[in-house]
Amino acid sequence: FPPVSFLSLHHLCLLLPSLPTDATAVRVLLSGDFKVSQAETRPGNDASDQLGAAAMEASLRAHRPAALLIFAFLSLLSVSSSAAQEIQILNAERRIDLSSQVAIVFLTLKVENTGKAAASDVLLAFPPTEAEHLAEVKAQAASGKKRKKTYAHLIVEPTDVPDAPNGAKGFRLALHNPLSPGETTTIEVLYMLTHSMEPFPAEISQSDPQLVYYRDSAYILSPYRIKQQTTFIKTPSTNVQSFSRVEPTNRAGMELKYGPYEDLPAYSYSPVLVHFENNNPFAVVEELVREVEISHWGNLQITEHYTLAHGGAKLKGVFSRVDYQSRPSASGVSSFKNLLARLPPRVHSVYYRDEIGNISSSRLRTDSRKSELEIEPRYPLFGGWKSTFIIGYGLPLEDFLFESTDGKRYLNFTFGCPLSGTVVDKLTLKVVLPEGSKDPSAVIPFPVEEHMETKYSYLDVVGRPVLVLEKKNVVPEHNIPFQVYYTFNPIFMLAEPLMLVSTVFFLFASCVAYLHIDISIRKG
Amino acid sequence: VLQVIKYESVIHEFDPYFNYRVTQFLSKNGIYDFWNWFDDRTWYPLGRVIGGTVYPGLTLTAGTIWKVVNSLNIPLSVETVCVFTAPIFSAFASWAAYLLTKEVKGPGAGLTAAALLAMVPSYISRSVAGSYDNEAVAIFALVFTFYLYIKTLNTGSLFYATLNALAYFYMVCSWGGYTFIINLIPMHVLLCIVTGRYSSRLYIAYAPLVVLGTLLASLVPVVGFNAVLTSEHFASFLVFIIIHVVALAYYIKGILSPKMFKVAVTLVVSAGLAVCCAVIAILIAVVASSPTKGWSGRSLTLLDPTYASKYIPIIASVSEHQPPTWPSYFMDINVLAFLVPAGIIACFMPLTDSSSFVILYIVTSVYFSGVMVRLMLVLAPAACILSGIALSEAFNVLTRSIKFQLPGIAGNPSIASEENGSSTVVAPNDIPKTEEAAKEKPAKKNRKKEKENVEKKPTPSKTEKRLLVLPLEASVIAVLLLVLLGAFYVVHCVWAAAEAYSAPSIVLTSHSNDGGLHVFDDFREAYSWLSHNTDVDDKVASWWDYGYQTTAMANRTVLVDNNTWNNTHIATVGTAMSSPEKQAWEIFHSLDVKYVLVVFGGVVGYPSDDINKFLWMVRIGGGVFPHIKEPDYLRDGQYRIDAQATPTMLNCLMYKLSYFRFVETDGKGFDRVRRTEIGKKHFKLTHFEEVFTTHHWMVRIYKLKPQRNRIRGKTKKSKSSRSVSSKRDVRGKRNPWH
Repeated sequence: FPPVSFLSLHHLCLLLPSLPTDATAVRVLLSGDFKVSQAETRPGNDASDQLGAAAMEASLRAHRPAALLIFAFLSLLSVSSSAAQEIQILNAERRIDLSSQVAIVFLTLKVENTGKAAASDVLLAFPPTEAEHLAEVKAQAASGKKRKKTYAHLIVEPTDVPDAPNGAKGFRLALHNPLSPGETTTIEVLYMLTHSMEPFPAEISQSDPQLVYYRDSAYILSPYRIKQQTTFIKTPSTNVQSFSRVEPTNRAGMELKYGPYEDLPAYSYSPVLVHFENNNPFAVVEELVREVEISHWGNLQITEHYTLAHGGAKLKGVFSRVDYQSRPSASGVSSFKNLLARLPPRVHSVYYRDEIGNISSSRLRTDSRKSELEIEPRYPLFGGWKSTFIIGYGLPLEDFLFESTDGKRYLNFTFGCPLSGTVVDKLTLKVVLPEGSKDPSAVIPFPVEEHMETKYSYLDVVGRPVLVLEKKNVVPEHNIPFQVYYTFNPIFMLAEPLMLVSTVFFLFASCVAYLHIDISIRKG
Repeated sequence: VLQVIKYESVIHEFDPYFNYRVTQFLSKNGIYDFWNWFDDRTWYPLGRVIGGTVYPGLTLTAGTIWKVVNSLNIPLSVETVCVFTAPIFSAFASWAAYLLTKEVKGPGAGLTAAALLAMVPSYISRSVAGSYDNEAVAIFALVFTFYLYIKTLNTGSLFYATLNALAYFYMVCSWGGYTFIINLIPMHVLLCIVTGRYSSRLYIAYAPLVVLGTLLASLVPVVGFNAVLTSEHFASFLVFIIIHVVALAYYIKGILSPKMFKVAVTLVVSAGLAVCCAVIAILIAVVASSPTKGWSGRSLTLLDPTYASKYIPIIASVSEHQPPTWPSYFMDINVLAFLVPAGIIACFMPLTDSSSFVILYIVTSVYFSGVMVRLMLVLAPAACILSGIALSEAFNVLTRSIKFQLPGIAGNPSIASEENGSSTVVAPNDIPKTEEAAKEKPAKKNRKKEKENVEKKPTPSKTEKRLLVLPLEASVIAVLLLVLLGAFYVVHCVWAAAEAYSAPSIVLTSHSNDGGLHVFDDFREAYSWLSHNTDVDDKVASWWDYGYQTTAMANRTVLVDNNTWNNTHIATVGTAMSSPEKQAWEIFHSLDVKYVLVVFGGVVGYPSDDINKFLWMVRIGGGVFPHIKEPDYLRDGQYRIDAQATPTMLNCLMYKLSYFRFVETDGKGFDRVRRTEIGKKHFKLTHFEEVFTTHHWMVRIYKLKPQRNRIRGKTKKSKSSRSVSSKRDVRGKRNPWH
């Protein structure tokens, strides 16, 4: 039995009403009337929880048809708003793009403040399964009319929504100008979900296309009441095996349309399931360790250790090279054999290897603005297959290292994974600073884990400070610059050459001394 | 090092991968774990005690280098260290050759010899970067041991004798070829005694070596008590006794009057003979009681070249153990082959202890290299030393004769001599001039004659003595010719190093029509696939050539590997490969095998694939399991895989695994290695399934299908086995594992 989560629970409720489900999870859903003032009525709320739960369980035991269950959900789904202000969403449009392995969701909300006080922030809600796979949330507020729209980037930060049902996670958007009562504004949100498509069947043979499930809700999960909403789901091909219907639902070509739905209460949820063909390479970098080594002698050396896997449907049984080579269109459509790494311009001494030696199948194209390295793993990757490799390259230091006004030096480098179209489950970025540098600090536009290490390399005495940054769920949108500030005294640059020179000098000096010393007592 | 530049810094060939893996283990787990390491990744289900069966010299050396380098905070990987160990040691070997030749013939010859050794293709083949093999350090150890022996012989210093024992110890650590030393030195000692060249220096050089060396050698786990038990070492002990007898005789001779001495001799000789006879009789009895007379298979092959092909096909199946051909001599030592006889003559001129040793060395190594192509490696330093001597002597004579005449003509001798003979380092002395010149001239003449036949004995009179002053023109021309010869040698060596020996066998390249380089990296593709996409404990069956690589690169357990110590186990794999599918499945299943790896070159024309090695599998398998008969696989004594092939051949596992669905590539099934169409084109596999085939089809990996469910299997088995077994009984074949 899979871990009961927000989505799967409902899904299960729909499919198998007779299954014993977690009563508490259901209770939360049924709890609370809309806009109950929260703190004072807590005991009463609990009481109604009990009641609702009992009713729910009774309905489960009674093997009610699924439709009735949904009805019950819809009528009861609501939540007490945690925000002091009262906000409703006049119009919401959601576009979900499923054409790659990352679900890209573009959400347009028209928000109205219906309360008395000015609202300074807006909340977004995500079901816990989605929140786990959430790679990136970006928001911007649009102002002005159609042509003259100006966008202002909004700060997004995770927050706790105390009364959110079933562990839904919240994100807070801080508005630049508080929304005064009665005013409306348009907010655009972009978020990405990794690993949100589950291959089904989980094992396919070489000639089969790859079919995946995508699970979501027909209704937008929101802590606010939504007057009108529509959801569009774009699939990569017209081959859609099945999809749940939450009327009105219709399908045209590669697009599924759910809605419009009118006037839904907060935290409305109606699970839908889309089963469709997605043959895009599910290239997942399970672990990526990037090491950026700064040498003040003018070089920036980058070494990237990849553990690459195909995250799609597993290959079942045989792999036949005959089929793969003779009928490339019909066999192994979901496999991939090459990847493109976008590297900075003026890259030099690129290598591509793994633990048993160089991999000869790579090509590098460079021009003045970018470098593209096309790499092929040793073998085409089918579902479930793995591969490891290392890419390394050098860059001229003057392109990336600058001196800030306060005398500190800073490195300005790209954070994410240079391989295009891949998802990185765990990215570790190590910035190796020169020996003798102090007070490293990183400036990164999104939250990461940080700690320090020490590394010993060529001729080090005290070791080089290493700033380690770790982040999970990295998508190509994380390929944005970040900065590492540190102080460095240039005199340390001379330490190693001086050490070498002195060593050699003492060696020769001792040789000379040895040859000239005569320790015999008597001259023979 | 060309290989690294042309390809990459990677270990190539098959064997070094094992050494690399051992080194990795050593650097990770330390020396004590290394001695106790039981390797379960190989020789499944037997396993192998690595610490006790490996010559640890190379791995210890590389491990030490790695440790030192890393403690200096120079983060080199183990692989890098391994790749560059061989070139470093070849530099040392060159230095050792210089020292050895210097001891024999002076620094001029030494320099030439070192220069020659630095380039000799035979040694380059083993010391290119990435050839991380025992021989790489062993040759250095060999030459250095000889140097120390000669040094001790010349100086009589006990200090050098001890060093000599240590060098011998290092050699024992490094390579099984140490038996060459322990036989050659006694031979030389014996020669010296017989020719009446006994001296106390000889005693000092030899006795400590035997005592200390044997003690140290038995410290190496892989040698252990073999150092005193096997026949390879008996010669040294015998000579040890003899030298003591002789020493005693000389001692007694020294303290007794001649008359008394004669009496003593008769007494001692009669008594000694009796004792000796008794001891020898006992020894012979002991030795004769063992079937191989106490000799190991490889040594026997050396003494009797036909031995291996008669008794142990596995030794004969290794291409390195085949006798070499004449072109390979030319390839490997090039012009040295012509210079060596000249060098021998030069050594005979003043026959000293050391030069007689060198002569003995060259004679024995020529013989050994004639038996096994691999031992060409032992010949290379000897050939270099002697050629170095020959060349430097020749230059010596020629430049001196030029110099001798020039004062009369030009009056500027020193510049001329320096211009002409840049490699002449020996300062000419007046006294040995005539002597050396006299012996050098015929040597040079002979060399030209000897081009037809290297082995021919020099016939011209060596004794003709006159005040040798060659005509000026002749000597200038001769010098130029010699320089030209050297230049040819250099060109050849560079070519050999770049083209012949630097191509890693693990990566193949071909030049496409438009001049582009096409790389076949199939082996690593397959190993990488195995390592990432199979379970850690899966067992992979393949022919033993690929054993080391599979364990090192794919980190999977193999049945057999390049350390061919268990003939039966290899024969089992050979039998499985040459059996029909069902029996093969049973054999593999009983050995817990999950994947079978075959190498197939039919698509790209890679000649050393498993189909070409298949007859050896049949022979080795048939040697242990008699139901595998070689004639079953041959049609009229010919090995063929086309429509004329025997049904046994077409039904054996190796054929099926190699050619499974091969016909679908081009519609005909044309094998580019054998240059024929294959015999059986459309067939299905019932007990195996293809799981991976590399890009150029060079490596194909099959998975054993799981056993059928019991109930279905029973009913089917009872039906099918009856029909199959009746057929099988007619042919008289049985699965050895049933």
